[in-house]
Amino acid sequence: MRRLLWPVVILALLLLVNLFFTANFFSIQMRDGHLYGSLIDILRFGAPLILVSLGMTLVIATGGIDLSVGSVVAIAGALACLQISDDAGVFTAVALALGLSVLLGAWNGLLVAVVGIQPIIATLILMVAGRGLAQLITGGQIITVNSPSYKIIGGGYWLTVPFGILLVVVVLAITVFLTRRLALGMLIESVGGNAEASRLAGIRSRGIIIMVYAFAALCAGVAGLMISSNVSSADGNNAGLWVELDAILAVVIGGTSLSGGRFSLGGTVLGALIIQTLTTTIYSIGVPPETTLLFKALVVTAVCLIQSKSFREKVFGRRRRAVPPSPAAEEKVRVTA
Amino acid sequence: MAVPAPILLMSGIGKQFPGVKALDGVDLRLLPGEVHALMGENGAGKSTLIKVLTGVHPIDAGSIELLGEPVAFGSPLEAQGAGISTVYQEVNLCANLSVAENIFVGREPRRWGRIDWPRMRARAAELLARLELDLDVSAPLSTYSPAIQQMVAIARAIDIEARVLILDEPTSSLDASEVEQLFRVMRTLKEEGIAILFVSHFLDQVYEISDRMTILRNGRLVGEYLTAELSQVELVAKMIGQELAALEKLHGEAKVFDRPLLEARGLGRAGAIEPFTLTVHEGEVVGLAGLLGSGRTEVARLLFGADHASAGEVSIEGTPVSLRAPRVAMNHRIAFCSENRKSDGLIPDLTVRENIILALQATRGWTRPVPREQQDELVGKYIAALKISPANPEHLVRDLSGGNQQKVLLARWLILEPRLLILDEPTRGIDIGAKTEIQRLVAQLSDGGMAVLFISAELEEVLRLSHKVGVLRDRRLVAELPNDDDLTTDVLMETIASGGAGGGRAE
Repeated sequence: MRRLLWPVVILALLLLVNLFFTANFFSIQMRDGHLYGSLIDILRFGAPLILVSLGMTLVIATGGIDLSVGSVVAIAGALACLQISDDAGVFTAVALALGLSVLLGAWNGLLVAVVGIQPIIATLILMVAGRGLAQLITGGQIITVNSPSYKIIGGGYWLTVPFGILLVVVVLAITVFLTRRLALGMLIESVGGNAEASRLAGIRSRGIIIMVYAFAALCAGVAGLMISSNVSSADGNNAGLWVELDAILAVVIGGTSLSGGRFSLGGTVLGALIIQTLTTTIYSIGVPPETTLLFKALVVTAVCLIQSKSFREKVFGRRRRAVPPSPAAEEKVRVTA
Repeated sequence: MAVPAPILLMSGIGKQFPGVKALDGVDLRLLPGEVHALMGENGAGKSTLIKVLTGVHPIDAGSIELLGEPVAFGSPLEAQGAGISTVYQEVNLCANLSVAENIFVGREPRRWGRIDWPRMRARAAELLARLELDLDVSAPLSTYSPAIQQMVAIARAIDIEARVLILDEPTSSLDASEVEQLFRVMRTLKEEGIAILFVSHFLDQVYEISDRMTILRNGRLVGEYLTAELSQVELVAKMIGQELAALEKLHGEAKVFDRPLLEARGLGRAGAIEPFTLTVHEGEVVGLAGLLGSGRTEVARLLFGADHASAGEVSIEGTPVSLRAPRVAMNHRIAFCSENRKSDGLIPDLTVRENIILALQATRGWTRPVPREQQDELVGKYIAALKISPANPEHLVRDLSGGNQQKVLLARWLILEPRLLILDEPTRGIDIGAKTEIQRLVAQLSDGGMAVLFISAELEEVLRLSHKVGVLRDRRLVAELPNDDDLTTDVLMETIASGGAGGGRAE
């Protein structure tokens, strides 16, 4: 649990910063039988990113990377909206969209595990081509749908809780079960830690790699449904744009090494929440729109530096791990001042 | 003949690693213009001595004097600056850079802040000429043979005004003519007054090139001798010491092997190993002897399905099988402890428990995890049986010593209860205590009916353990010798040297 210490500290700090600007930031209310509040919003709007990041965690743990998740987000949303606008049932639309996502993910895995293309290149293919595919599905237009039951996925509530948050909890529970209760996690970490040694220990790494990419795409597909359902439309161009980069960042902030091996699902969830909280913070403290990207970059840089053990040792001296991460606070004060 | 003042004098060197006394009261002196051989079995402390000399590790006791001045190097770079250069067994060069770049990397001659390419090339050619080499210094290093690459590494080392040149197993990957070339260079350097410390497993080479030798055993000094005054037999006796007698009889009474377990007929892989025929019986230890690169590992990999065979067939208990992948071999209860623990064996980021359980989990697939209680029981049992230390199953494997890592790898395969256990250099680079434990274990397992294919560069070890020995040379199985009283390391060496044709007792 010790390696989750820093992500937790950073998230807490970010939330505290918000309290300065929004007095009732931490309050959660019940309105019309729905939960309302800034914290709920962070969870709700962060749900797609958490999903994509969960899949990305497993891919990165095998020593790979998946750049195509943003395109899969767009494709899944486009296909679902197209089906619904063609009067197909919501269930059929969702099943088709998720089925296609899994197929696309398996294609990525096939390129990586069987053909032997480097993951960054293999998934770059779908990252670029996938946008085109999404355009093709939507016919270059933004498809709008008017389906109350489809709207539930991204915008609805169930038992007072936003449906998206419930979806994340379910996917997270399934992922934890598969990787930590079953042996999938250890085999993934083994393949990512040393692929050749794993093969010689009898692990069928091809199957595991294909499965992991398919899972990442499935998560991206669910995220895509959530995003398009929330706005009741599918935008092949902009849905899920750059989400792969946020997801990779969330995984790294969560303490999973880009070189593969050990992974932390809890860390990833924290990482995604940090990124979403940061976005919320930018809006709530009123950073001018033209500087939001720069601001985000500065904070992310600070976060990554705090995460780095060697940096902490250099700045705070050795063996003094309990020192609070003052540079981050300074950074923010300076930028926001 | 008066002995000149030594360039380097190490006295009373002691070095302690957690749990192991690597060096204890070791003296070493290097005289100018001499080739000094450092001898000892694996784990005797040769590489530790070199490492404390070159500043990789600090010493715990004793003193080092260079030209009469006491020195203590904090890093290999400092040692190099003082004139002690080392060429390691694995050439630390960049094959994609040119010869000249490799020689001068990190200290390129500069002019106005830019690299002075003409001067760099001229000086590289000059240096190589000193070694009687005429190379195109702007060609990539990869265009040259391993021997030439080794020479380039030496050229790089001696450019730094070297007074002491340490050659750690420089000949292990060279063929005979390349070794000759290296020796010519060594003689040239010797005449220039450089002191050379030479480490090699090849006794003949040591006798050909060295003037003096220092022998280590178990981290202790056995003595310093003039090469001309010590016979090879005496040398081996001093290197092995008393342990030989203690280990000589590892097996009980002679066994009869009449139940063939695995038979390979004409099995081979183009470019890796010529087709060979080999039978392993139940309870039999088959040793494979041969020089590095002679095809020992390739035989093992084919029998485990790690590589695909391009010819021949394998049958297990008389039934032909196709060993397409490690998993197939594992299903036939064949296990393989690979030679290179780091790259082909362990997962450094996983714990001892996870590493031990890995192969068992792989055979079950990811949907059927080994229950935690069963894991703890199995892992605890093997940690105790193999004396793995620290005895903490949640310790990361990367933090274990070489010998303990090797035991973890062994445990991974032993819990599968294999019928054939292939061990590729299981005792390389581990201390003598762990080594004898592993040897004893092999003997025990085979007495219990397990077949073992035992690969080792140490002929004594192969002889001690094996019931029969296959000899490999130039990627061919050249002889299969029953291990009876007539088989000695000399016979094995002759067989390796002669390719089973003239010498030895090949059929």
